[in-house]
Amino acid sequence: MATRIPTGDASSRPAEPAHEAVPPSLQAHALDNLRFIRETMAQAGSFTAVSGWGQIVVGAVALLTAFVASRAPAAETQVRYWLAAAGVSMVVAACAMALKARATRTPLLSGPGRKFASCFAPPLVAGAILTIVLYRAALFDLLPAVWLLLFGTAVMTGGAFSVRAVPVMGLCFMALGVAAFAGPPSLGNLLLAAGFGVVHVAFGIIIAVKYGG
Amino acid sequence: MRGRQPATSLPEFDRLIHERVRLGIISALAVNDTLTFNDLKRLLKTTDGNLSVHARKLEDAGYIICTKSFEGRLPKTEFRLAAAGRHALERYLAHMEALILAMRAG
Repeated sequence: MATRIPTGDASSRPAEPAHEAVPPSLQAHALDNLRFIRETMAQAGSFTAVSGWGQIVVGAVALLTAFVASRAPAAETQVRYWLAAAGVSMVVAACAMALKARATRTPLLSGPGRKFASCFAPPLVAGAILTIVLYRAALFDLLPAVWLLLFGTAVMTGGAFSVRAVPVMGLCFMALGVAAFAGPPSLGNLLLAAGFGVVHVAFGIIIAVKYGG
Repeated sequence: MRGRQPATSLPEFDRLIHERVRLGIISALAVNDTLTFNDLKRLLKTTDGNLSVHARKLEDAGYIICTKSFEGRLPKTEFRLAAAGRHALERYLAHMEALILAMRAG
């Protein structure tokens, strides 16, 4: 059962009306107590603003991309399709998280949210830099493994402050990244579809059902 | 004289969870199924002794449930919120809200 914290807005309704004058110090004390409760809950709670529905859409985008990329004649073209899909997916995921945070009245950049972002971003930045380097060197076959491994790392580290499903999802991505390194380059597109498509959809459903959208 | 005793008809404060460490314990457990002694100590930035004393008071009141076990050879103390504790927190939040609205109405 969720505990609702009053916002202190005039629009909120008290459980028991009180009509007597209250000294200003008491009101300040009450506001301070509410702030303390909210901050403690934000620090103690898991970050659940990761949107399951957003993950499902991201997965669908990836599956569509995999289908289109599989028909592309050159590896470089496939990489371009996936890069475009990554851009779309980031926008979708960010919007979905913001919407979920707003719906659940959770500040997106609360304590756990900030921790999530600060742990999620570095592996993604590393992945972006490696992408540029490998793309310039025309080493397209290595990119699926790098993407899966580093995205998995980002999800795992960010997920340390999230619900349990998130780090498990990260582990799945990392395992697929290892498989991409070990397997033949021809499997790259398929493994990207398995990771960014199937894993996103599967965990998106779990998060949407178990963690409120 | 009655007019100068403003908060008399407001709901009674729950003094037990009004204290900051105890309020912190209850609030943290409201959003977690269980928390260990060390989790709470880190979260509330308090000492072992202080946390023990306050947790014991909440446990005695039936607001939290304490479970002691061993993880290997190390003792492990876990806390979870009892129904009475959750009701107490909800009453306390309602009281704070009532205070704020009473001030704005006045």
